[in-house]
Formats: sequence, structure tokens, C-alpha cells
Amino acid sequence: MASAGGGEVHRAQHLPGDPRLPEGRPSSRILAPLRAEGVKTVTVAVLSTVVVLTLLVWSVARSANWPVVRDAFFNGLEFRETFPEIARKFVRNVAYFMVAEPFILALALLLAIMRSLPGPVFFPLRAMAVVYTDFFRGIPTVLVVYLLGFGVPSLGLPGVPRDPAFWAVVALVLSYSAYVAEVYRAGIESVHPSQVAAARSLGLGRWHTLRYVVIPQAVRRVIPPLLNDFVALQKDTALVAFVVAVPEAFKMAQIQQAARFNFTPLLAAALMFLVITVPLTRTVDWLIARERRRREAGAAL
Amino acid sequence: MMRRMLAIVAVGALLLAACAEEPTVGGPTGQTGATGGTGATGATAPTDPAACAAQVELVQPGVLTIGTDNPAYPPYFAGGETKEHPEWKFNDPYTGEGFEAAVAYEVASRLGFDRDRVVWTVAPFDQTYAPGPKAWDFAIEQISYSPKRDRAVDFSESYYDVNQALVSVKGNPITEATSIADLRTYRIATQIGTTSYDFIVEVIQPEVEPGAYNKLSDSIAALNAGQVDAIVVDLPTALYLADPFVQEVKDGVVVGQFETAAAGEYFGMTFVEGNPLRDCVNLALQQMKADGTLQAIQTEWLSEKTNVGEVPILR
Repeated sequence: MASAGGGEVHRAQHLPGDPRLPEGRPSSRILAPLRAEGVKTVTVAVLSTVVVLTLLVWSVARSANWPVVRDAFFNGLEFRETFPEIARKFVRNVAYFMVAEPFILALALLLAIMRSLPGPVFFPLRAMAVVYTDFFRGIPTVLVVYLLGFGVPSLGLPGVPRDPAFWAVVALVLSYSAYVAEVYRAGIESVHPSQVAAARSLGLGRWHTLRYVVIPQAVRRVIPPLLNDFVALQKDTALVAFVVAVPEAFKMAQIQQAARFNFTPLLAAALMFLVITVPLTRTVDWLIARERRRREAGAAL
Repeated sequence: MMRRMLAIVAVGALLLAACAEEPTVGGPTGQTGATGGTGATGATAPTDPAACAAQVELVQPGVLTIGTDNPAYPPYFAGGETKEHPEWKFNDPYTGEGFEAAVAYEVASRLGFDRDRVVWTVAPFDQTYAPGPKAWDFAIEQISYSPKRDRAVDFSESYYDVNQALVSVKGNPITEATSIADLRTYRIATQIGTTSYDFIVEVIQPEVEPGAYNKLSDSIAALNAGQVDAIVVDLPTALYLADPFVQEVKDGVVVGQFETAAAGEYFGMTFVEGNPLRDCVNLALQQMKADGTLQAIQTEWLSEKTNVGEVPILR
């Protein structure tokens, strides 16, 4: 960490006025300090990585129960036999995610706007938004999934969908919109009051100020944390398995785990989640870095 | 296994007696530990389960620790909750009531443990096959043998050859099915942990993708809420769920049973791989089959206790 920080300071001194970091690939932020400090740094970094990894692998592998644990959790045969089926069921996780995401974005924005409305007239709306956010952020998502997934269909109300998958996705939307609403609110509050004052002085009403001045700036600013929540949502689609019998990736892994008395299928499911979440996370990192470059460039003016 | 036993015998009867926990154990059924006798006969494997068990190192010395899930369901465990063991919900296994409790106490007695030297501990299903040491000598909780599972744990011989069965509710058209082919168009589910999921996928081959719930209670809730047309469970559980006096499944109907027992499905106790106690339990089970005790326990807890009539076989 110390050497990375030193590298940035070093470059900043030599290239005044230039963008602080090289353009382009997300990896450039990790590699740039190494390039700057030369081959010696690279050698040290590689050596230290090799030593740390070797120590880790060695300390795990020398434990007396490692062969048993390896067979139970990292079994090649079980992996080959179960991975294709689990990967096929992962399509369902992606579907839950894709369906839930737009609803979360819309509901959360509505909540954030409700909470940002000024004046005593809108107190009930503000209070509702606060209660909603407190409630759904305060209880575990899996409980919401359970309550809606089993509870609502059991009521047998006419005209109400009885498919637990529907209600599980609704539960995800309710729970996640509470988190995302807070992200939006942070964005809205980060817009400088002078922006509102300027818009009002130009003759825009309260609503138009919000619609054309505040929200666009707020949303652009919170895209990285929003994506962060969607990485989390992608993982939490596994919670649907608690109420929906038709298997998605996690449930398929559980079925295979119980049928084989082996935990490797869970690893196969984990791999499928990583395939989606790792690129998403890297994208978020890249967006955050770009946002920071822009802000710093703006501050230099 | 064999080699280890020979080695122990070779060390001598004296050391053997010293290692064995309380070698003179007398259960109410009169099964006495015959440790000395086994040592004297030399290098043959013991045929007496009590003598066999006396040579085995137990999880807790001097007592037989048996694992099962909590709550434990009828007809495998019965007798209700007790003040003495409030940690056991629904059914206290210490009462010895219910099919598996009765089998476990009978096996324990033949292994030389009278009732007050049997300890029950909670063994959640997933933990019965997780790697590492266990807090129980064996687990008994309706675990079906399969060759895949046998790679991770050791199974005892069968204490019950199990047929799977289909439970639905009155009025659902699936209750009119008379063959496996009639079931294809319905939504069928089971629960994780049973071998039924493979059975549904491979044998019934439904047109609607079948499902699996995490727990039996979830399957029941789904059936009661009409989210599935039928669930597949083992026959004794099916008979319990559909019992008109229990109403675990409201207006439950056992549509039929599948001949999985004939195909080799059975419940076995599970042991950590290589646990020598497995052979002793097998000796006890063989005795119980030979003298009719196992059949008697089955009749008492599984056949006589049901209020559901004859269940047709679906082919």
C-alpha cells in the first residue's frame, strides 16, 4: 500500500496538470505503480505473492484432515458430474435478477424522491418512506422471502398469483429497494444546494428542479454504489431457493450435495455466481476510478 | 478393519479387558458383555454384538451416543415432548417410542448398553456426512443408502426396506392416477435430502419440471397451499401425513407407493468411514432379523399405527 501511494504522489509531482492516472484498462491502476518503480518492484511483488500463496497452501495441506476435506469439498469427479446441470439451472438466477432489477431501480427512486420532498405538506410521504426503508433494511432478506413466498400463496386470495417464484422476486424487490433508496438519497443530498438555488432563480418549479437538475446529477454520481448493490442482488437470487421448489443453481447444488453426501456441488454453484459477480465488481471498480478522475480533474480547474 | 481387530486381540486378553469400558454390562434383556470370551477364542471376529462393541472406542466412553435430527417426526419417533429432555422438540427419543427409537434401543441393548447408557444427540442431516469427527457413534434418521452416498460415509445393513409413496390432497385429479405414466402432467416435489428427487426425474419423468423443498415441513406447506399437486416421501411418512386423525396434510391422500424397496432402497444407520462399530451394529441387526424382533418392531410402529388403508402400487 505504501509503495502504491508513493508512486501516485511521485507521478503527480512530475506531471502537473495531466490526468493523474493512465487512461484505459481497469488493470492500469494496479499495474501503474509497478511500472513506475521498475523491475525491482515487480520482482518483490511476485516473490512475496509466491511466498504468501505457498505458505497458505502448505499450511492448509499439512493439516491431518486435509485429504478428507479435499474429497468432501474439492472433489474433481463430483464436480464434473454435477457442474453442467448446476450451470444450466443458473439461467434461472439470471432471470430472477433481470426481472427484479428494473423494479428495484424504479421503486427505490420513488422512495428517495418521496423522502426528499420539502415542506410540511409532504410529511406523511416522507414518514412513509422512512418507515419503509427502516423496516426492510432492518429485517433479513431471507425472512421477507420466506414470509411472502409461503405466506401470500397460502392465503388463497382470488386474483393474487400463487406462484412462490413471483412472491420471492417481489420480496427481493421490496428488500433491495430499501437499500437502493438510501443510495439514491445520498446522491440527491450530495448535489450542492447552489444547484437548486440556481435552478429556482432561473424560474424552474420545485418538481422541475428535481427532475431536470438534481436527479440527473444524483443518479450519475451513485452509479458505482448502485452496481455494488446489484452484485449483492445477483448473489441473493439464491434466497429464492428457500421457497421455490423448482431448482435454480443453489438448490440444484443442494439437491446434488444431499444425494451424494459431498459438498463439491456447492463449489460448482459458487463458481457460476463468480462468473457473473467478478466482472460486475471489476466494472464497478473501473467506474469508481473514472468518477474519481473526473472529480479530481474538475477540482484542478 | 479385520487387521485392526487382529492386532488388538494379539496384544492379549488382559490389555483388552483393561481397554474395554465396563466389561460386565447387563442390559434388561440379559445381553452381557463377553469381552473375555472373545479374547480367549483367539483370532476370529466376534459374532456377539456386545463383545464386538466392547472393543470399539466410543465417542463418549461407556455410553452409546446416537444422533438423530430434531425435531424427529413420527412414525420414526413418537412419545411427544417430555419435561426431562426439553431440548427435544415434538418427540423425545429417550422415550424409546417410534420405529427408529425402538430399533435404536434394541440395537443398543444387543450391543450391551442398557437404556440409561444410551445418549441421544442432535445430528442435523447435513452434518451426518460432513467430514471430520462426530459427536455421535451412529446416526439414525431415515437415511437411504445409495452407492454415491456410500463414498462419504459407512452404512449399516438395512433396518427398513423403504418404498417411496405419493401424497396428494382430496379432489386433486392426480389422486385418480393408477400408473406412473398417469403422473407425468402434474407438478410433483420432494425435499432435499431424500433420494426421491432422482426418482421423480428418472422414473416419473414429469413434463413440468419437478421441485425440491428444503425441509419436509416446507413440502407439507406447499401441498397445503396448492403450490404442488403431490409430494413424494417414504411410505411410513406418507401414511403419517395422510392420517385422517393427524391432518398434517389437510385432506391428505396417499395416491400410491412405488416399488423402490424391491429396487434396493433401504434405510441404514450411518457411521464415520471406517468406524468398527458398524460391524457390531450389523451383527445386532442380523440377530434381530433372525429372531423376528425387527419385524415385530416394524409391525408395532409402522403397520399397526396407521389409519390409512391399503396403498396401491403404482408401476
